[in-house]
Amino acid sequence: MTVGFVMLCHTALDRAAQVARHWAEGDCPVVIHVDRRVAAAEFANLQAELSDLANVRFSGRHACEWGTWGIVAASQEAATLMLRDFPEVRHVYLASGSCLPLRPIAELRSYLDERPKTDFIESVTTEDVGWTIGGLSMERFTLRFPFSWRKQRLFFDVYVWLQRKVGFARKLPSGLVPHLGSQWWCLTRQTLSAILDHPDRDRIDRYFQKVWIPDESYFQTMVRQVSGAVESRSLTLSKFDFQGKPHIFYDDHLQLLRRSDCFVARKIWPHADKIYAAFLSEDRGRQPAAEPNPGKIDRLFAKAVERRTKGRPGLYMQSRFPNEDWENGRTAGPYSVFSGFADVFENFEIWLSKASGTRVHGHLFAKDRVHFAGGEGCYNGALSDSVAIRDYNPKGFLTNLIWNTRGEQQCFQFGPEDDQSLAWFMALDGNAQISVISGAWAVPLFHSNRNFGDIRREAAQLQKVEQEFLSILRSAHVKARVRIWTLADFVENPMEPLQTIIDEIGPRQGRRLTEAPRLADLSGFGQFLQNLRNQGMQPVLMGDFPVNDDPKPANPRRGRPYLVK
Amino acid sequence: MKRRELSSVVDRTRQVSQQDILLFSTLRNEKTRLPFFLRYYRDLGVNHFLIVDNDSTDGGREYLADQPDVSLWTTRHSYKKSRFGADWLNWLQLRYAHGHWSLTVDPDEFFVYPFCDTRPIRALTDWLDASSIKSFPAMLLDMYPKGPLDAQPYREGQDPFEIAQYFDSGNYVFQRNSRYGNLWIQGGPRMRTFFANAPKKAPALNKIPLVKWHRSYAYVSSTHMLLPRGLNQVYDEWGGEKASGVLLHAKFLDTFAAKAEEEMARGQHYAASAEYKAYKAGLEAQPDLWCKWSEKYINWRQLEILGLMSKGNWA
Repeated sequence: MTVGFVMLCHTALDRAAQVARHWAEGDCPVVIHVDRRVAAAEFANLQAELSDLANVRFSGRHACEWGTWGIVAASQEAATLMLRDFPEVRHVYLASGSCLPLRPIAELRSYLDERPKTDFIESVTTEDVGWTIGGLSMERFTLRFPFSWRKQRLFFDVYVWLQRKVGFARKLPSGLVPHLGSQWWCLTRQTLSAILDHPDRDRIDRYFQKVWIPDESYFQTMVRQVSGAVESRSLTLSKFDFQGKPHIFYDDHLQLLRRSDCFVARKIWPHADKIYAAFLSEDRGRQPAAEPNPGKIDRLFAKAVERRTKGRPGLYMQSRFPNEDWENGRTAGPYSVFSGFADVFENFEIWLSKASGTRVHGHLFAKDRVHFAGGEGCYNGALSDSVAIRDYNPKGFLTNLIWNTRGEQQCFQFGPEDDQSLAWFMALDGNAQISVISGAWAVPLFHSNRNFGDIRREAAQLQKVEQEFLSILRSAHVKARVRIWTLADFVENPMEPLQTIIDEIGPRQGRRLTEAPRLADLSGFGQFLQNLRNQGMQPVLMGDFPVNDDPKPANPRRGRPYLVK
Repeated sequence: MKRRELSSVVDRTRQVSQQDILLFSTLRNEKTRLPFFLRYYRDLGVNHFLIVDNDSTDGGREYLADQPDVSLWTTRHSYKKSRFGADWLNWLQLRYAHGHWSLTVDPDEFFVYPFCDTRPIRALTDWLDASSIKSFPAMLLDMYPKGPLDAQPYREGQDPFEIAQYFDSGNYVFQRNSRYGNLWIQGGPRMRTFFANAPKKAPALNKIPLVKWHRSYAYVSSTHMLLPRGLNQVYDEWGGEKASGVLLHAKFLDTFAAKAEEEMARGQHYAASAEYKAYKAGLEAQPDLWCKWSEKYINWRQLEILGLMSKGNWA
């Protein structure tokens, strides 16, 4: 008993001939169908090349346009020929001209000998498939498809739409339950002959001639009528990309294919010389027979589909430039924005860097230069500290920074004195953690040695900018993690918010803060605010600072506050 | 008519068969670069070279004419007036490229695509055909040495990336060009050093060098963008990644200073050679493009991981 191969060929006939010879010389009869659209000379070449083999036949030629009945008709005719001419064949294996056997014929034969009654054919009900092209599954069976999907897409779509609109539905032949699956099957003589000699075959064929992509449903449906032992999987390793087009194997897949333990793979690139040489040579020593295990290949192709459809979050590049809200993550990873902290605490950046173990930058969006951590003139990815370059494309600057430092969380200072063009971008970014001490910009003004008129003007300006920023952060659409304290609330109890922020950054989880950064001296700050009011400005963002009642921790001369926990 | 500006030196286009992959290039006085250039692209699987020589005086024309897979034209007309060679090449492409995959590169541009170390360029074009993709992008990646440009002289036939080993991995910015639908890419060491105060003037790095040519197509300016506009839609707008490659740019070798000087004198480059002026000034002041965050080139997989190119759904 042996297995016979039906090969459907339309291109790279030289490779098809090689594979056919391999099978035929291994005592597996081969019936070859060549697409009618292939030139006569090429077909004659193929015939001549295989003319020395007694167990190779050529079947009547049909035009096999994708998704049409021709492919089924070709398979039927070739299979009939196979069953008629080669009585020793028990299993018939449907393959294509770009298929390649991955395991020695003897192994396939003994695998099938152990399962003499089993039909290997992927056959799934329409409700259970998630991979159909064009969103049609059950409708493949109930609508009409007179137009080519590839060549007349518009007509195809309109006609489908029209039929849906009118509520048109064809009636299925009684008793048939539509099933779908990979077109590459391996069926027993009993099952195949029962399908080919089905008493109702004319009627059923007429019906399937108008089904869409019948090569994925004809045998898959019929096998359920006649077979007692359907193993619903294909012995052919064949993977499809997101457009439903088969993935192709190249020389660099050689090891992957070897380890898959599948019997046959498609499609192989016709110029993959190494693969063809490796798998068609007979002297391959193999490990004991194993079950097909295409897991690794599955993962490789699943990743490719994901890369093509979802891409890498936060990456903007020459072939990925998502429209707004289609970024699948505006930036590549979480980052923390601190507003006012460096004004309220002395050496906040150094402290934060130690406490959180992250990279802490100064004001990245300052107007004088980009203040990278450590005052560097150039940063990860060769980012420049030039203000002109940053302001030329601020969004690109930030997304580049976050992309370039993947795996290492970035923190930076941001305040009303900085360029504000990214306020909305960050607010709508789920990766941003924005912490604001509102009104803290007044502290450096309070400590500055400037004329009060200038201070007043500057304060009014900064307050206006910060008010806008805060109103953005309070918008209903915000996706960033936002925390806002007034200066007064914050200095009242600085440790709790600091602990929350550090926990959120989180590389050293569970650690309690033992040392707080030193607060700036705020004695007299209430009076300073009152002076601003007296000059006609209304400072509102700091919260409540009574004129003579300085906040408690405002006297840093007592030394650093330590937490006891 | 631009065709009258070109006179044939040697025409071997009758050797070209239907499936051949063609390379188009225009050059002037690049003889030192040619041996490696030809070898690189022959190894990738380019079948025929169609080259316009813009009045070389260094023997490059004679060298090319002797190559069995090169067809060569020459012209003494203005590079600038031919829109930086695009008109000449468009004419050759109209005449010879119809129905072929056509790669258009300068002699200092080296095409890198996913799996280029294991799959010939035909594997890529077959896959593009099967995916109904007609144009393939490869942004220009400026490569540079560590230290002054003239410290390591380039020898004829040498791999230029033995010298120019470094590149900027993550300082590129992207904008849509609504007129032609392409992405406008700027950045890299040139923006960082020569255009730090005028980034808008930094040169464009977007390129679409590989196209399944049709006689109705044309490059608009260099290989930055094409007509019809649909060919410039080489990027995905819905979050996914399309496949893309990179053109490694071996511009910054010891030959650069001389080239910059010559081009300035001829005034034949973009924006009245403002770029070259900036280079000249920049190079005199700061001859080292290298910085501590420069990345050393390893292979295409590295560029893929860094996000400079993508495999898309090719696996």
